[in-house]
Amino acid sequence: MRWGVVTFPGSNDDRDALHVVERVLGDQAVALWHKDRDLRGVDCVILPGGFSYGDYLRCGAMAKFSPIMAAVIEHARGGGLVLGICNGFQILCEAGLLPGALVRNRSLSFVCDVVTVRVETAATPFTQGCRPGDLLSIPIKHGEGCYVAEEATLNELEARDQVVFRYVDPVGRVVAEANPNGSLRNVAGVCNAERNVLGLMPHPEHAAERLVGGEDGLTLFRSAQAWLRCEARPEREEPRVPGP
Amino acid sequence: MPGLLARVYVTPKRGILDPQGKAVEQSLQALGFAEVNDVSVGKYIEMRLGETPRETADARVRQMCERLLANGVIEDYRIELVPERG
Repeated sequence: MRWGVVTFPGSNDDRDALHVVERVLGDQAVALWHKDRDLRGVDCVILPGGFSYGDYLRCGAMAKFSPIMAAVIEHARGGGLVLGICNGFQILCEAGLLPGALVRNRSLSFVCDVVTVRVETAATPFTQGCRPGDLLSIPIKHGEGCYVAEEATLNELEARDQVVFRYVDPVGRVVAEANPNGSLRNVAGVCNAERNVLGLMPHPEHAAERLVGGEDGLTLFRSAQAWLRCEARPEREEPRVPGP
Repeated sequence: MPGLLARVYVTPKRGILDPQGKAVEQSLQALGFAEVNDVSVGKYIEMRLGETPRETADARVRQMCERLLANGVIEDYRIELVPERG
């Protein structure tokens, strides 16, 4: 499979994402530049963490107008996989590919920690290898990770099973103490209605090898890898059309 | 003819978490300004528009707000157009 990782000016987790794809998954990793205009045939695009354009104005506000983003949006609209991590999540929200927005942490402090997130749905390409309720231990590091959306939007997200991850305590309970940034309803990650675009604040790419303290994050990459392989199989069963 | 100056005020939407506003409010109250309530911290953006006609300027600045300067999910904006001085 072929994965692309976009580098914006100020991205700083792009190398980690490329490393995971190439060295851990054994897939092809394509470094994409924000000024590129095509995705060079990648199956999945990763918008990595960092501080694109210095976080000026709002996190992700400038990045959404980078030349590459037109191609990313087209890829997403066509059903292609897109994974936004941290700043990438902020960019996806700014670009309107995901609902809601990420604002300053309620504590006003930058948080750098390892958190427990609960998988809320396995019905996405990135979590199909999990079971709902699985707990993953993944690092976070952000100053603007407080997920907000209007009440009606949040209700709709829940009703459509679009909340993919939630911050929970070590035994899996959604409690205020487990919420590192004040996100509404402890939301740590959401997907779009079509389920091919996922954004999350935690960094799965920093938790993909035991050497760095854990590999819970690898689940997301492996799930997407398996999903893409299945999609690519030529003998894939076509959906059965009811006969006349 | 003097040019136009656009003043754009971007503020957190009512009902959206504003941790900065909250922190400033608490600090002001701690300093003894007990009358302070509902502090909201936003952004002020100033732009010179040269000799753009006022009606055009209004529509253009509105577009700038919608597309870049404000995020409608979390922010409101207000525009003022005034003659540029000196």
